Amino acid sequence: MSHLVEIRDLKVAFDSVQVLHGIDLNVGRGEAIGLVGESGCGKSVTWLAALGLLPGKAAVSGSVRIEGRELRGVHRSALESVRGGRIAMIFQDPSSALNPVLRVGRQITEAVSLHRGLRGETARAEALRLMDMVGIPDARRRFDLYPHEFSGGQCQRLMIAIALAGEPDLLIADEPTTALDATIQAQMLDLLIQLRTETGMATVFISHDLGAVSQVCERVCVMYAGRIVEQASIAQLFANPRHPYTRGLFDAIPRLDGPRDRLIPIPGTVPDPRYLAAGCAFAPRCPNAAAYCDFQRPALDTLADGRHLACFNPVPPANSLPVRRKILEGV
Amino acid sequence: MVAPLIEAAALSRVYETRRGVFGKVSSVRAVDDVSLKVSPGETLGVVGESGSGKSTLGRLLLGIDPAQHGRVTFEGKPMPTFGTAEWRASRAKMQFIYQDPLAALDRRLTIATQIREPMDIHELFEGSARTDRVAALMAAVGLRHDQANRYPHELSGGQRQRAVIARALATRPKLIVCDEPVSALDVSIQAQVVNMLRDLQDELGLAMVFISHDLKVVRNVANRVAVMYLGRIVEEAPSDMIFASPRHPYTRALVSSVPVPGQPLKGRMILQGEPPNPADRPSGCAFHPRCPFAIELCRASVPELRPVEDLRAAACHLVDSANAPIAA
Repeated sequence: MSHLVEIRDLKVAFDSVQVLHGIDLNVGRGEAIGLVGESGCGKSVTWLAALGLLPGKAAVSGSVRIEGRELRGVHRSALESVRGGRIAMIFQDPSSALNPVLRVGRQITEAVSLHRGLRGETARAEALRLMDMVGIPDARRRFDLYPHEFSGGQCQRLMIAIALAGEPDLLIADEPTTALDATIQAQMLDLLIQLRTETGMATVFISHDLGAVSQVCERVCVMYAGRIVEQASIAQLFANPRHPYTRGLFDAIPRLDGPRDRLIPIPGTVPDPRYLAAGCAFAPRCPNAAAYCDFQRPALDTLADGRHLACFNPVPPANSLPVRRKILEGV
Repeated sequence: MVAPLIEAAALSRVYETRRGVFGKVSSVRAVDDVSLKVSPGETLGVVGESGSGKSTLGRLLLGIDPAQHGRVTFEGKPMPTFGTAEWRASRAKMQFIYQDPLAALDRRLTIATQIREPMDIHELFEGSARTDRVAALMAAVGLRHDQANRYPHELSGGQRQRAVIARALATRPKLIVCDEPVSALDVSIQAQVVNMLRDLQDELGLAMVFISHDLKVVRNVANRVAVMYLGRIVEEAPSDMIFASPRHPYTRALVSSVPVPGQPLKGRMILQGEPPNPADRPSGCAFHPRCPFAIELCRASVPELRPVEDLRAAACHLVDSANAPIAA
């Protein structure tokens, strides 16, 4: 089966500083993939580069194919039929992505006519349908309001409505819930799950919140310093993270139950892309690092259980039992 | 019972806004009749959504923003009026840590200068002792001594927040109010800073008011937690208790909205509707339009915050003082 989107060896450099070191990623039809990692690991840059949205000074190489058609290096007009139409993207801050001086109804209608060629009453009816679909109450009456008259959560819903206007095959959600309150965040995750069930579109969910990713996605890629270091299904990753970085991300999350112990941070910080070591970029922060990790880089290998992992000294496999169950059985 | 370090009684703060030059004045009740106590060495967590008044409450506690009603007592004495010499002197004993360290630091001064500044202003310690103390503070928050002459933009987000914390500790305060101190940091760095705050608190016996929307962090840091909704405290209890068995419907919704890695979203109590506009406060219990259990009484009368069991207070008509939880 061919994939909806295939990214091969995607590299990005800003001012000859390489920030993305060859990303290979497939997105299947209707699939939901999470991209996690700390800030500055290249999660957003991957998709901005794939869609040609980076500024001109960025040097991008590699291949991005949608249903076999190459996107890299094609003419702008060809790219624009894909952007918004086949692949839509929503961002963290909805209020800065909406135009503050245009009524929201008009902004959605504009997207509908641009991508689907609908005009007049039909376009308006479709815009209203989208507003209903993303859960804006009383859409008819609020069609002519301005973005500032909506709350942050509703602005994000409006952004999703605009993103859905072109009936995309793939929705890329870049930290869509980070700026929202806890109860609104839960609503938004619910909405993303529901929309995917209704429309069958694939979703890429970029987030630093492993909890949120696990609600929405089936497969997760963990990124560190411009590379994918582990890729696995949600169940595999949560039962038994193998890369020490993935494990560290899990351990650092404070718990809502159990004892209130000291947290387990990952020491140090994400490396500066200008001064990357020759070896594994995570080695300076890694509890399992051996001397050779500093100058040899592990390749992203496929393991027997289907996951991809780039590490010489991974966390040992847990014999397919979740950690907590093992503890209970040990008592 | 230890005498509280800081005590607030019936604090209220109303902001007046006008739509346009000739528009009607509308008032926003940001904090409404809030009372709380913090003992020496204790951490009180304050949680709530945006617009719940938690940041305003922090500012009221330190007198940065004067309350219109109610009073704040620090070490048994009333808080001096904002802007007076006594108020400025009191700043040495209480400090504020903001969410955005880049905005809180002066971009043109090195971090060593900035950590030293509070000691210069309050004339604490003598000449070279100040320099020694800057070095000691930097070590305490985990900054390297070679970073002393760096400027804020040369540090990472986590390092900047450490510098802000070192500066807040310079005058040996007894109380620190932290407003979302780790919200802008990555989870791995967040854990570093949270551990550091806990260690410093143990060593120095600091009292903290920890304001955050992140329930997981608050649970880890705080001894006691107050949940705010539209300017009022709706539930207050020890940290372990409030997260293990929330009683107020809003607290229950908040706790259940936290995504736990590996647990599906099913069976959660997902609130419908938006957080209400503070300028257009619903009648009765402000939570009633979103509350799945609301009855007629909730629309009509505001529930008082009252003790419902040992160590726990809640403001809900439907939480009775017997131990029975409300119908789920």
